[in-house]
Amino acid sequence: MRHLFLAGVPAMAALLLWTPDPVAAQTPKSPAKTYSPRRMANGHPDLQGTYDLATITPLDRPFGTNAVYTKEEAHKRETAAALQREQGDQAIKGDRTAPPKGGDGSIGPAGNVGGYNTGWLDPGSTYTMVNGEIRSSIVVDPPDGRVPPMIPAAIQRTTAGRARPTSDAQENANDPGLEKAPGAYDDPERRPLGERCLLGFGSTSGPPALPDYFYNNLHQIVQTPDAVMILTEMVHDARIVRMNAQHLPKNIRLWMGDSVGRWEGDTLVIDTTNFTNKTRFRGSTENLHVVERFSRIDDRTLLYRFTVEDPETWARPWTGEYAWPATNGHIYEYACHEGNYALTDIMKGARLREKEQASAKAAR
Amino acid sequence: MPISIQQAIRIVVVGGVLVVAAMPLAGQSSPYRAPRADGGKPDLNGIWQTINEANYDLEGHNAQPAMALRPGPYGPVPAASVLALGAVGAVPPSLGVVDGGEIPYKPEALIQKKQNQENWLTRDPEIKCYLPGVPRATYIPQPFRILQSESQIFIAYQYAGAARNIYLKDPGPAPVDSWMGQSVGRWEGDTLVVDVTGFNDQSWFDRAGNFHSDALHVVERYRRTSPDAISYEATIEDPKVFTRPWKISMPLYRRQEKNAQILEFKCVEFVEELMYGQWRKNPLSR
Repeated sequence: MRHLFLAGVPAMAALLLWTPDPVAAQTPKSPAKTYSPRRMANGHPDLQGTYDLATITPLDRPFGTNAVYTKEEAHKRETAAALQREQGDQAIKGDRTAPPKGGDGSIGPAGNVGGYNTGWLDPGSTYTMVNGEIRSSIVVDPPDGRVPPMIPAAIQRTTAGRARPTSDAQENANDPGLEKAPGAYDDPERRPLGERCLLGFGSTSGPPALPDYFYNNLHQIVQTPDAVMILTEMVHDARIVRMNAQHLPKNIRLWMGDSVGRWEGDTLVIDTTNFTNKTRFRGSTENLHVVERFSRIDDRTLLYRFTVEDPETWARPWTGEYAWPATNGHIYEYACHEGNYALTDIMKGARLREKEQASAKAAR
Repeated sequence: MPISIQQAIRIVVVGGVLVVAAMPLAGQSSPYRAPRADGGKPDLNGIWQTINEANYDLEGHNAQPAMALRPGPYGPVPAASVLALGAVGAVPPSLGVVDGGEIPYKPEALIQKKQNQENWLTRDPEIKCYLPGVPRATYIPQPFRILQSESQIFIAYQYAGAARNIYLKDPGPAPVDSWMGQSVGRWEGDTLVVDVTGFNDQSWFDRAGNFHSDALHVVERYRRTSPDAISYEATIEDPKVFTRPWKISMPLYRRQEKNAQILEFKCVEFVEELMYGQWRKNPLSR
């Protein structure tokens, strides 16, 4: 009787939208079926909040490890990581001598030439937990937990373009391919995107958004009926996801791609295409296609799952997932470009070195 | 059917009220009631943009040949550095957006402002694609998107990817100065009032060298006045630079194109040649 009454009254019928569609909610990757997230006025889960993506779970699974760590294994590794951070944050002795040229080879950016000590870093301290499992890698598919190898054509393409850094490159890259490639310091365009303040390093903005294992891993989500905004702390990149919209024309290219969203049950699905040919996530082309899936695990945690596809780079799509825990921390301004003295110094330093080398050669 | 005198009076009164309600009253506060967002507050969601010349100069000004000028035989002409831009580099005129017309500078600050204006090319943060600050972010002539939910308000600007979270709970004094400041919002009736503090002294108000110190305090007021407009006011207070608080006012217009979007204007890349070009291994001619 009550049911019939509700169905007959338009105003009340609208309220039915508040109820999650029990069929649509049964997507394979939907977390705990009993959990009902808090909801927006339009009935969709409220994903808003500020999240700290820092974790010590790497993208690729270390060789010889299982997909899931036991509590004991994880504890042992987390303790070792904590010790390493503590050691890297020892007070610096005033009478210390300069580190050897090229760094002392110990843990720290660029072999510890005296850059950051770990007190400045916030690389995460725990492994990500998904479905109650302590994960050893973010990549879950392929089943070996590692990004598939590049196809030969892609290797050829990226090798030819050496020292053309990718959107996931580290700012302080230890990658010899990057730092020692011919011409790596010839032009600003050959420096990593993070160093140029175009995007955060390590694919923090993405998509896919990855932890950078360094610092500034916060993200904020604001959700309206028409759009979802994902703010990346690093380089203050606000990606606006247009809901239930068509992709932009193919000639419009964006550093973070063009993102459109839709709901599949209680999961927000974001489809991103139209990347620039300069973004180059892990060497991909501008035809990179990323599908992200956000769902709530509990009131303080989101599950972030993504699938990356680019047939010109990998023979198959690959998928990763990790938890986004909420934080009470605030995001402060990351005015990267405004204080970018480093890029001038790096370029100027390279020219000075060339000059010194030339005069040394002339003197011989 | 005959009607009583009482009934007749009632009809007249009711009719009168209807007439009054239907007529917009010139000079009085708008009767417009904005659609509501989730949570019952006026809905500011959308893509907005100013249409004015404020980014050239907040104060009233005549059209002029260029932002950077040099003396010519019969009056100012474009400086050599901007000459090639021709009419594209000229400045359109404006009656200004400052209430009362003039910005109340302290005498020594006015000298600084004039020096800024004379050195526009090397000093204006916009030229280097630096974050615009507030209120300049509002009237830099590019669209911005307000994202408003019941619990959050956020403004994403197209220019330089500038972004502002509007705290709806005051987190306390800003722990560090910044280009965009720290914004704390509250509703006064149907007006969103945003109190912005914690600025550094680096941003400018426009291309005319109008500036502030790190004591800047901005109070913005956003109020919907029609389906496609917001009344925007910013009160600017900085006792180190100005003799008293002053105010700018302008409408924000909705971008009504069906495909209106905030796209990327990552101008950092566009200024690399300007800022780092001289350090290329093979510098281009300058």
